[in-house]
This record gives sequence, C-alpha cells and structure tokens, in this order.
Amino acid sequence: MLPSVSKTPLIRLDEVEFCWHAKASPSIKSGKLCIERQEHVFIQGASGSGKTTLLNIIAGIVTPQKGRVEVIGQNFLELKEVQRDRVRADHIGFIFQQFNLIPYLSILENVTLPCRFSDLRRQNAIDRSGSVANDAIYLLNRLYSKSKLDFDHNTNELSVGQQQRVAAARALIGQPQLIIADEPTSSLDYDSRQAFMDLLFDEIKISGSTLLYVSHDPTQKHLFDRVVKMSTISNQGSVNL
Amino acid sequence: MNLRLLAWKSLSSRRSTAILTVVSIAVSVVLLLGVEKIRVNAQSSFANTISGTDLIVGARSGSIQLLLYSVFRIGNATNNISWNSYQAIAQKRGVKWTIPISLGDSHRGFRVMGTSKDYFSFYQYGQKRNLQLTYGKPFDDTFDTVIGSEVARSLQYSVGDEVIISHGLVSTSFSEHKDKPFIISGILEHTGTPVDRTVHVSLEGIEAMHVNWQGLVKKRKDGKTLTEANLKPDSITAFLIGLDSKIMSFKLQRYINEYSAEPLLAIFPGIALHELWSLMSVAEKALLIISIFVVIATLTGMLAVSLAGLNERRREVAILRSIGASHWHIMGLLITETLLLTLAGILLGIAILYSVIGLSQPIIETNYGLFIPISLPNEREFIMVSILLLTGFVVGLIPAYRAYRNSLADGMSTRL
Repeated sequence: MLPSVSKTPLIRLDEVEFCWHAKASPSIKSGKLCIERQEHVFIQGASGSGKTTLLNIIAGIVTPQKGRVEVIGQNFLELKEVQRDRVRADHIGFIFQQFNLIPYLSILENVTLPCRFSDLRRQNAIDRSGSVANDAIYLLNRLYSKSKLDFDHNTNELSVGQQQRVAAARALIGQPQLIIADEPTSSLDYDSRQAFMDLLFDEIKISGSTLLYVSHDPTQKHLFDRVVKMSTISNQGSVNL
Repeated sequence: MNLRLLAWKSLSSRRSTAILTVVSIAVSVVLLLGVEKIRVNAQSSFANTISGTDLIVGARSGSIQLLLYSVFRIGNATNNISWNSYQAIAQKRGVKWTIPISLGDSHRGFRVMGTSKDYFSFYQYGQKRNLQLTYGKPFDDTFDTVIGSEVARSLQYSVGDEVIISHGLVSTSFSEHKDKPFIISGILEHTGTPVDRTVHVSLEGIEAMHVNWQGLVKKRKDGKTLTEANLKPDSITAFLIGLDSKIMSFKLQRYINEYSAEPLLAIFPGIALHELWSLMSVAEKALLIISIFVVIATLTGMLAVSLAGLNERRREVAILRSIGASHWHIMGLLITETLLLTLAGILLGIAILYSVIGLSQPIIETNYGLFIPISLPNEREFIMVSILLLTGFVVGLIPAYRAYRNSLADGMSTRL
C-alpha cells in the first residue's frame, strides 16, 4: 500500500497546538506522540485531558493550528479535508465507548459500511473471504463464537456487549492499518470486558494492525506494549472544554 | 459510496414521517398540476366551442353577454331581433350563410334552441368541424327535434321518442307544452361543446309551441289551428354570420352596429372568446397562486421535519464521519433524502391526479361540459414539476448545511 514509507512511524505528532474555538484555551499544547507500526499502545488520561481532541487530530477530522501531524506517512497539514477523509476511510477503524452503530442498518450492513466508503478495504475483504459479506460474517462469527445471531437483524435489540462486538467487526473489516479504540469496554461489565479484549487482541494480531487504545482506566494496561499518559503528550493536560 | 441506499434505509426507519411528507407533497402536486390541467383544457375547450363563424349578431348589450347566451347557452338575451332586420342583414352582399338562433324554452333542464336547417350545414366547432348526426336525420317537420349527445345520454332518449318542451327555463316548469309533443328525428355526434346539451327544433317549431300562449299564461282551449301563416317568426334571439371573405367582416360589423332600424350588436367570436377568457383568468391565477402557497407550505413542513430530526442524528453523522464519510457524503445523504421524498411525492401526486381525472372524467364532462383527457404532462407541467424538484433540492441544502456545521463542532465526539 505505502511501501516507500514503511520505515517511518505510523503516527507522529510534533509540537501540536489545537483550540476548538479561536478564543478558547488550547485543548492540546506542544503535543508530541510517536507510534510505530504494529505497536499496541495504551493512552491513559482522565476525562477532559484532551483525549477526544487527540483522536480527532489523528483521524484528520480536525487540523491543529500549529505543529506537524503525520499519519500513515501522510502529512495531514498539507492534505485537503477530503484527502484526510480518504486516509481515514482506507486506514483507520474506530470503536467508540457506545452508540457505535447506525440504528437503521442491519448488523451486517453496519459491519460492511466501511467497505462502502473505501475501495481499499473492500478489496482487502474480498481478497480474504471472497466477498465483503463473507468477510463480515467471518469476523462476526469469530467475535460471536458462542451466540447464534441473525446478522440481517436490526441492531437495536442487541445488548451493549453485542453492539461493541459489531463495532469491533466494523473497525476490523478490510484490515485497516490503525485501530483506534476509545474506552470501548467502559460500558461493559467485567466478564464481557475480558472477553471483548481477548477477541480484539486476537483479531488485531491476525490483521497486523496497530492499536491505539484510549482509556482513563489503567486496569487493562498490562495487555499493551506501551503506556502513554495524556500528560506526557500534551502540556495542557487538565483544562478542556 | 451508494448514498441512495443509506438515504433509503434512513427514510424507511422513519417511515411514518416520511410517508406523511410524501403524501403532503403529493397533495400539493395534485393541486398544482390539476389547476394547470383544468386551465389548459378549459381554455382549449373554450376556443373550440365555435369556429368558422365570422360574426355573431344580437340585440345591443355586452359582447360577452351575447357570446354567453348565443354560444354557451348561459344567461338570457335582453332583447330579441326583429325578423325583418335579420332578413335585411342576411341578404346583404358577401354574406355566405346565416344561422338564426331562437332561445327561451327548455326541456328537463336542457336549453331548447330554434334554428334553421343551415345550422347542420354551416355551424362549425373545434378545428372547423361540421356537426354530424350519429342517428337519424335533421328536423324536417315542425314538430321534429334534433338533440345533442349529452341530452340523449342523460335522458336515455333515442330517435322516435316524444319530447315535451316547457316554456321558460325551469325544468319543473308547470307550463309544459303538453299538447304539442316533439318527436326526436336525430341525435348529434358528441362535440364537447354546449351543442351536446341543446335540444334543437326548427323556428317554426318554436312558434308552434307558443300558438295559443300569451306571455307565460296559457289561454283556454279556444285554440287557433296551426297554419303556415302564424308559424312565421316575428323575431329571433341572435344569429351567426359566415362571410364569403373575411375582409368584409369589419365593414359588415360597422354596418350592423350602426343599423338604424333597431339597436344591434355584432361581435367577432374570437375576440369575444378572448375577452371572456381573460375574465376567467383572474380565477385561474388565484388558483395558481393558492397552489403555489400550498407547495411552499408543504416544503416548509418537510424542512421542519428534517431539521427537527437533525439533532437526533448528530450521533449518526459522527459515526459516518469516523468511518470515513466526508462532509460531502453527509450533505449528500441529507439532500438525497429530501430529493427522494420530493420525487416520491411528485410521482404519487401524478398517479393520484391521473386516477382522479380517469374517475371523474365523465362527471366533469356531464356537469361542466369540460373534457379533460389523460395526456402526458405538457411542457408547462413538466417545468412546474422540475421547479418543484429543484426546490426540494434547495430545501435539502438547509438541513445539509446544518448537519455540516454540527459535524464541524462535534467532530467524532461521542457525547449525546
């Protein structure tokens, strides 16, 4: 995909400064972060420490006012918005804390949604399983090893734990290079949390993706290669709107 | 990215509001196109009522009034024309034919018109079409009558039936000429004009009915017998003139309007029809304006529904953005939704309109003499529908822009 830049880190932030509003104090100040390919990184920070802002910057949803952002070998400050959207569609899979799913789409349609926005991920899914739907079913079956679900069913009857698995399958389909998980287990109970983390790590090992895991809760940090505290990324650290 | 699929799924998840929006758009389309269809067909049916006639002559009154009673059988003449004046004008050089018209009686709600046999040879409607008889023959005897197709259809008459004509214009008139029934000698072909609703008799027939009558009071049975002499009319209501050459018409019109023996009025049917139509066009414009306001109200309703739903959809927008949807995708999704609603509304509206026309065609024709064909949308209707679709698109831009602003502020935030 991007062979010429394979030696460079997957994410590099340098002296990043970002404010949501012109008059607000910066959410991130002198932001610094470097993540290598296939690293599994735990970013720890209390709420209000600029985690959401950081993820928006890495996803290319917002661009910082100052500094340098490189994601998957692309300098985000030089790209147009639509080009950053393309990088996100092709290379990044997201899992949020909750409400990950589009309510009017079926389970299967939710999982295959990224392949509608990215030809690359669609091709990857077809290469692995023959078709996008087959790859989605493969992932869902692995994440739902025990329960039998009708994947054409709507998502609104799913439990929170089941919803998070569907979200994980959606993030993983088409093997994006970067998986970003923002407190994905915080609405799960302890047992589901363990099961979910095991499944997530299994799949990430298979796809060889990089994992950026953001949480305020340090209990799971032993699963990761490296732990980065928000306070070391951003000088600002405490005040956020 | 197939936005149509997403838009479709999203709309089906909000089925009840979507259906209501579509129905309200459909209603406004029915109104908009229905008014247009009636306007176009009323206008052409108007223009097709009479053709080939160069002048219409009646007692002096207004030109529209003369047109209304002589051609449309609406209203009454203020005065008659004397037989002598009629003869004098009919015999002028350059006059090719004349058709006398004598009105004032009715048969079960249908106007009775006394005329001559020339009516069947020279009267023209539509694109210079002559009257044709479907059954029978023109009147020959004094008590023969030829009825229009609508009269025959609604009263179930056929050739040979007896008809009793009332004096005056009320269908339940007590003063029926029962002693002098008429016999149907012929039924005219359908024309789509007031001819269909007319009972035609000879001028002698009109006179014969009124022998032994004085004014509206029936005399006792001291009956005179019918003779040739007392069947000669003294006056007629109006008459139509056909000329050898159209160039003559202005000269003859001036001659008639300045006729010294009695006050007469000659009008050009085309100009009078145009005047009459411009009177009607006020109502037509009012209807058009009303339907435009209904369309505006409908689209405002759609906008309100769309904007109200937007806040609940911030989460959905954030998810789509995180998956890689650009702002263009988000705006495209919202615009596609309003376009789908508008398009569905237009199609449903057209379907309803054509069904209504199909079902009510005979009723409208019977009651209003207006035939509305089921035809493909004309250019104006096509433009109206296109403007409506374009407006739907423009209305869709508003929630699309709002969603864009929201998404700029929200980013991928998961707050709800």
